[in-house]
Amino acid sequence: MEHVKCECGHVNPHGTVFCESCGKPLGENAEKKLLDMRYEGSARRSQTYNKTIIDKIWAFFSSVKVGVALIVITLIASAIGTIFPQEMYLPPNVSPAEYYEDQYGWLGKLYYQLGFNDLYGSWWYMLLIASIGVSLVICSLDRVIPLYRALKRQGVTRHPNFLRRQRLFSVSKVADADDVFKQVKEKLAQRRYHIREENGNILAEKGRFSRWGPYVNHIGLIIFLIGAMLRFVPGMYVDEVLWIREGETKEIPGTNGKYFLKNEKFIFETYEKGKENEVFNAAIDRVGSGMVAKNYQTNVVLYQRVGPIIAGEEPKLKKVKEYKIRVNEPLKYDHYALYQVDFKQNEPYKMAFQLMDKTSGKSFGTVVIDLHHPKPSYDLGNGYRVELLSYFPDFYFDDDGNPSTKSKVPNNPAFVFKMFAPDKPKGEVSFVAIRQTIEPFGNNKYKMAFSGLETRNVSGLTVRRDFTLWILGVGGVIFMIGVIQGMYWNHRRIWLQRVNGEVWLAAHTNKNWFGLKNEIRRVIEGTGLAMPIDQAEEEKKAAQGGQVHGATE
Amino acid sequence: MKKQQRLVMRTVILLLLLAAVGYTIYSNFFVDKAKVKVGSTAPDFVLTDLSGKQHRLSDYRGKGVFLNFWGTWCKPCEKEMPYINRQYSVYKNQGVEVLAVNVGETKLSVQNFVDRFGLTFPVMIDREDQVMNAYDVDRLPATYLIDKNGKVKGIITGTMTEEKVKQYMESIKP
Repeated sequence: MEHVKCECGHVNPHGTVFCESCGKPLGENAEKKLLDMRYEGSARRSQTYNKTIIDKIWAFFSSVKVGVALIVITLIASAIGTIFPQEMYLPPNVSPAEYYEDQYGWLGKLYYQLGFNDLYGSWWYMLLIASIGVSLVICSLDRVIPLYRALKRQGVTRHPNFLRRQRLFSVSKVADADDVFKQVKEKLAQRRYHIREENGNILAEKGRFSRWGPYVNHIGLIIFLIGAMLRFVPGMYVDEVLWIREGETKEIPGTNGKYFLKNEKFIFETYEKGKENEVFNAAIDRVGSGMVAKNYQTNVVLYQRVGPIIAGEEPKLKKVKEYKIRVNEPLKYDHYALYQVDFKQNEPYKMAFQLMDKTSGKSFGTVVIDLHHPKPSYDLGNGYRVELLSYFPDFYFDDDGNPSTKSKVPNNPAFVFKMFAPDKPKGEVSFVAIRQTIEPFGNNKYKMAFSGLETRNVSGLTVRRDFTLWILGVGGVIFMIGVIQGMYWNHRRIWLQRVNGEVWLAAHTNKNWFGLKNEIRRVIEGTGLAMPIDQAEEEKKAAQGGQVHGATE
Repeated sequence: MKKQQRLVMRTVILLLLLAAVGYTIYSNFFVDKAKVKVGSTAPDFVLTDLSGKQHRLSDYRGKGVFLNFWGTWCKPCEKEMPYINRQYSVYKNQGVEVLAVNVGETKLSVQNFVDRFGLTFPVMIDREDQVMNAYDVDRLPATYLIDKNGKVKGIITGTMTEEKVKQYMESIKP
């Protein structure tokens, strides 16, 4: 093993920048003016041992550069994923394979082929996220362990080279060193420094805890990723859509037939002039009365199915509860939550027609057709009768020119009626669509005159069950604790040492050098010690050709 | 010694990470997330056909069931219906039953459709989408081939040729 033995007698792992114990710079690092204090100069082992394939993989993921590159690539991919719509936002009943090419040409085709159409579901995106996770774990492990070791093993008495090459450093000559040390010690203790003494030298340290912040933060992130991963475990995560008409009772998808929902009523309200508190008047005047949505609400009844669950069977239902679902006020039960997300107003429900003599305009009765349960025949009495031959809920003419339906939703109902009257015992056929009547067999005596439309609203609800949420919450909290830990505390160290009858003062912090300087100034006040020079700033100034200032600013 | 230990540790950690990543990728891309998949037991259901007769899937154990989901607006469904009808007349005597489940349209439309094509097999309407939910039917037509033990032998989405219909019925013959 290639260990490096320092002159103080401490044995350091290969790759160490300066001795773990006394801080004497090792190897080529001895040349530079200031010491690189990152990770306490400890050896990041991944960069040192590179023999087996495992070590090589480890070294790859241990690199912060690789980690940053992965994050940047993921960022760019995510950005590209917003250029064209994601697959879930395509209109229903279109094939994504054709849609992207039709709409966006060869770019769209490429977009689809590369899997950008469903970014979060594409294998390479998932692999990228996973690699970020792996990189996080390995980067952290590779740094936190040597750092912990280095901070634990640091000696009090440091090599003069270590002190001289700290960013804050000063040399003073004092009359009574013992007294100065005593004063400084007291003041440091007051400032809650943790003080260690050895051979009359002092190491004062506080806020070491701050150094673990980034790693705590990473643990939070990893827990968060694990939570996201658990969504793929069956039963952990349900996200379904339920469209339900007023008056309908439907199975709630995602509950395996256990729960049913009845939609009693859908309510859409707007802010209207005269109905609201006066303070809203100006705003209502500006945008117009009835223009701003106030409430989207579905009044529902939740039922639980009793007895064995067999699909298709008329369910035996037990009422669980009534609820008014509003935006952000979901119905919650048994870990399921039903959210108000969408609606469709005025879907045709029932249509009324009058059987009418075309010339006299005399009516022989009204037929009301339930667009979901039309009857084959409607008897109007006195020998008048209407048969419904065909029904097209979502009418259009297909490629062959035949009347057809696009779906089962009554968006554009059309009917083929056969009208029977005492004087027309064989019946007359009439095709009736909205604002359109066709008489396929010539001129009829009678017609079906449109006399009314009853509509109803449809609610769009989201069914959600998420058992991963608390894991994401815990991960988020730990993440935040890590951030706070690293942000609001600084790891400060002050070395006070007697070297050849002089008192050497050196100090280091991981951030907020200004704060550290202020603290030192207060600590050495009246002791006769010289205020340390910020050697980094001196270097910078020298590089800029500026004037070099004195030691005490 | 220590070096050996480190290698073991690294290997273990890498394997753990690989397992986690592997599971996620595997469960996403290689596990069929469909509720009903080939080899699983077909979910039982009860539906009433147009003539008022109740059909329960589990009552057809011992027979092969050709379960077809369709809608009148779906042109590919329309195309394959006559094929199914013709092959049904051949295979019904060999223990293959066809159950055609309409996805909740009106009885009138369905009856008209059945009359137009002269369908002889039982046609039923899944009024509340319960059976569709149980089978997670997404696109029409969808056909489930169920063998005499109630196991799903095959799932076909999209239109079938008559030759294919014949093959599929042959495959579930008890």
